[in-house]
Amino acid sequence: MNSNFDRSISDEDVFKRRATLLQRLHIDGWLLLILLALAAGSLFVLYSASGKNWDLLIKQGSSFALGMVGMLVIAQFEPRFMARWVPLAYIFGVGLLVAVEVMGHTAMGATRWINIPGVIRFQPSEFMKIIMPATIAWYLARHNLPPKLRHIAVSLVLILVPFVLILKQPDLGTSLLILASGAFVLFMAGLQWRWIIGAVAAVVPIAVAMWFFVLREYQKQRVLTFLDPESDPLGTGWNIIQSKAAIGSGGVLGKGWLLGTQSHLDFLPESHTDFIIAVLSEEFGLVGVCILLLVYLLLIGRGLFITAQAQTLFGKLLAGSLTMTFFVYVFVNIGMVSGLLPVVGVPLPFISYGGTHLVTLLSGFGILMAIHTHRKWIAQV
Amino acid sequence: MPQPIRLKDHEKDARLVRRRVVVGAVVVLLLTCVLIARLYYLQVIQYEHHTTLAENNRIHVQPIPPTRGLIFDRNGVIIADNRPSFSLTVTRERAGDWQQVLDVVVEALELTAEDRALFEKRMRQGRRPFEPVPILFELSEEQIARIAVNQFRLPGVDVVAQLVRHYPQKGHFAHSVGYVGRINEKELKELDPVNYSGTHHIGKTGVERFYEDLLHGEVGYEEVETNARGRVLRVLKRTDPKPGTDLTLSLDVKLQEAAEQALGGRRGAVVAIEPSTGEVLAMVSQPSFDPNPFVTGIGFKAYAELRDSIDRPLYNRVLRGLYPPGSTIKPMVAVAGLDAGVVTPQSRVFDPGFYQLPGHSHKYRNWNRTGDGSVNLEYAIMRSNDTYFYDLAHKMGVDRMHRYMSLFGLGQKVSLDMFEEAAGLMPSREWKRARYRQPWYPGETLILGIGQGYMQTTPLQLAQAVTLMATRGKWIRPHLLRSAEGKTPQQLMAEEVIEAMETPPDIVLRDPKFWDYGRFGMEQVMHGPRGTARKVGDLALYRIAGKSGTAQVVAIKQGEKYDRSKVQERHRDHALFVAFAPAADPKIAVAVMVENGESGSGVAAPVVKQVIDAWLLGEDGQLKPEYRPPVPVVEEASVSP
Repeated sequence: MNSNFDRSISDEDVFKRRATLLQRLHIDGWLLLILLALAAGSLFVLYSASGKNWDLLIKQGSSFALGMVGMLVIAQFEPRFMARWVPLAYIFGVGLLVAVEVMGHTAMGATRWINIPGVIRFQPSEFMKIIMPATIAWYLARHNLPPKLRHIAVSLVLILVPFVLILKQPDLGTSLLILASGAFVLFMAGLQWRWIIGAVAAVVPIAVAMWFFVLREYQKQRVLTFLDPESDPLGTGWNIIQSKAAIGSGGVLGKGWLLGTQSHLDFLPESHTDFIIAVLSEEFGLVGVCILLLVYLLLIGRGLFITAQAQTLFGKLLAGSLTMTFFVYVFVNIGMVSGLLPVVGVPLPFISYGGTHLVTLLSGFGILMAIHTHRKWIAQV
Repeated sequence: MPQPIRLKDHEKDARLVRRRVVVGAVVVLLLTCVLIARLYYLQVIQYEHHTTLAENNRIHVQPIPPTRGLIFDRNGVIIADNRPSFSLTVTRERAGDWQQVLDVVVEALELTAEDRALFEKRMRQGRRPFEPVPILFELSEEQIARIAVNQFRLPGVDVVAQLVRHYPQKGHFAHSVGYVGRINEKELKELDPVNYSGTHHIGKTGVERFYEDLLHGEVGYEEVETNARGRVLRVLKRTDPKPGTDLTLSLDVKLQEAAEQALGGRRGAVVAIEPSTGEVLAMVSQPSFDPNPFVTGIGFKAYAELRDSIDRPLYNRVLRGLYPPGSTIKPMVAVAGLDAGVVTPQSRVFDPGFYQLPGHSHKYRNWNRTGDGSVNLEYAIMRSNDTYFYDLAHKMGVDRMHRYMSLFGLGQKVSLDMFEEAAGLMPSREWKRARYRQPWYPGETLILGIGQGYMQTTPLQLAQAVTLMATRGKWIRPHLLRSAEGKTPQQLMAEEVIEAMETPPDIVLRDPKFWDYGRFGMEQVMHGPRGTARKVGDLALYRIAGKSGTAQVVAIKQGEKYDRSKVQERHRDHALFVAFAPAADPKIAVAVMVENGESGSGVAAPVVKQVIDAWLLGEDGQLKPEYRPPVPVVEEASVSP
């Protein structure tokens, strides 16, 4: 009794469906609206967090504009067209990571950049944030679901190569995000629960064995500091102590915009980047953070909706992974700043200052838009 | 790429993914709840706690800098300690208009504009936010009182007690122990910001610099509650710093003073090494300077005076001074000649007062124009006969000469733990080709044989070369650190560091007796009937093995002002002398350089003897019991070939 199915689609119907401007431009209105809201909110909070620094604000505004343009450009591409280029992109991305290892530019004790003086300077690991889930999605979409053990094994190898390369840079935050983005594809592809449980169960004995047989004393020390930042109160722990006080003193309603004392006056050296949620919590209180979380949930909800609606398997898997990874950003950042999780360098998506993460995230949403807006077109063919 | 069309799986796949989307959504919601719960805990349940901390009071983590390790001489006499001192600090963030605050400080303490400029410079050396910057050290009680009176006009200004490095020995060890100074911008970038938070000083030269890691220790911290004005109200938690390690140096304060006295106010350098251990017992570079003003920040004028002084007190002559070694290397060249087989202990060279290369007309002069007649190796060392060594060098050739002299440490850094040692130069064919694009000429080999020409050595290298004569080729890098935490410097230093130094191998001669010929020649220099330094040797209560030398001063050093009387004096040769004693069982090896001293045996040898006396003789003027030979030695019984 599916009336929709029975009714033949006339040319006019098709025209009507595709008539709206947004659809013709391959823009998802919901996503755009939420992202614009976040951009506005980010500039608002950043103005306070940066100590009314207009230069910084203008830079962030430009990054948003640039990222939005990039997102809309990406949205124009047909997902199946993207899929065709994925294997090549993966090889290229891993090649760049190897190049970083061999000849990368070292800054602040980490080799993460490729620097061609006067031309460009970039972090290949950023590309991997998109390439990684796309690769696994491309690979698993070629086979029947749920994935067989052989496919899982190949996927794991594909995930572990860039993971290890980025871990060596060293950049724990990014490597974990990339690991997660690959793992989410497996999850979305219906990785059997027994495998998931088995993997989690295996982590524990492996970690214990590593601790006793592999790690050296100084490495253990580093892990301990990582797990308990407060044992290093002059380094990372410093930020945690300060950010907890800032968040806590914000209360339910906050102290008001520009009125936060802890985050402004005190020692929160990263108050406008990774620790910006502390400023937001202090000035806008629990209510402010909850509103932000609500906006994030709307974004994730839309992402999951797109996942469910996506017509190709590749689109489904990629959209699902991008959405879930986005949530990891949110969870890890807020968890870390509020002292729930160890400190790793993960920005608060769309709010933290910084051009690179904006461009990467917006590219991801561009792909989501592409998956969603090209759907009807595909349906007709 | 053809793909099988899997229509029948399509709906199943979609269902699977949809189920996972639902699971994902549930997980997202649950974890969001966790975040909200955490924020609720911080912002609602712990609200009171955090507000108290935030509103009137703030929690700060204050670093507690560790106290710097002390430095002792080998007998436990203190060379570097930490003295409590009151400093004036300014916290930029609390000072408001800190320029104005500085004006008030200058006015209240009646300081000069020069001081004001210095303060400003110190303030501009950025540190962590809210970290107090010390601008004035060693406040007097009156100054403290004046600050107290003006406190209301001085936001962010505090008087704090700090431990400040102090060198009670003043100028005695400025060139070996060095000094600490304020951390500069460049160092700030390279330092571990955590471990050095709260530390304002860092080793700049010498031992202080080389052993910075040991001396510094590990930072501690305390979590304190402060009021809005930054005053500490309460300490919440404290972790003590780990103080720096105390160092015991091999230097001996008494010997150092004796060596300085022996130089008698002349410009020069003295190095004394214990051959069996490689421990440096004394290291003098005269004139010296008081390192203490450098700790708190020396004034521009005082620094300019030191820097521009014609006597160059800041110049470390022991480690950086480069001189041709002159005849001091003849014993080493002789040993090399024996080992290379180009001479035997018995072979003789006739010295008419000069040497000529076969087929060349140029005469290479002996210092003794009349000539010494027929000389053998031992006699040649005793008389410092140039002709013999021209001949020997010619027979050896530059390549072998370079190889042997490098084994003695010439032309390379020899120390284990001295900062900024110069490598000197031991020329070779390759070096000359690279440096001048010219071939090596035979005449240049000849003058290498008497330690002239391109050769450049530091007094430390000479001391090490003579130490090798004393130890019969056993290599131990000279070092200043005796022990720290019961460990030797070699144990303290990382293996790869020691490996990277490429210590030359022990010198193993074809026949160990060759050492004796060289050593006996040196002994004859002091005690032989025609020895060049017999006047000094005759007075000694023990037998010395020594060798004089002269380093030619070719040109006036750049930057020296033209002053007729001084320039002439400064054109004179540098006097060198190396020695070890007692000759049979060496307990000390010494190298002395007296700038413009002219005569090695006349000027430098007495200095050497005074240094050795100070080490070997007791207060009664007799040999210390531990240095007396176990069996009474008859004069003739010493090592005679």
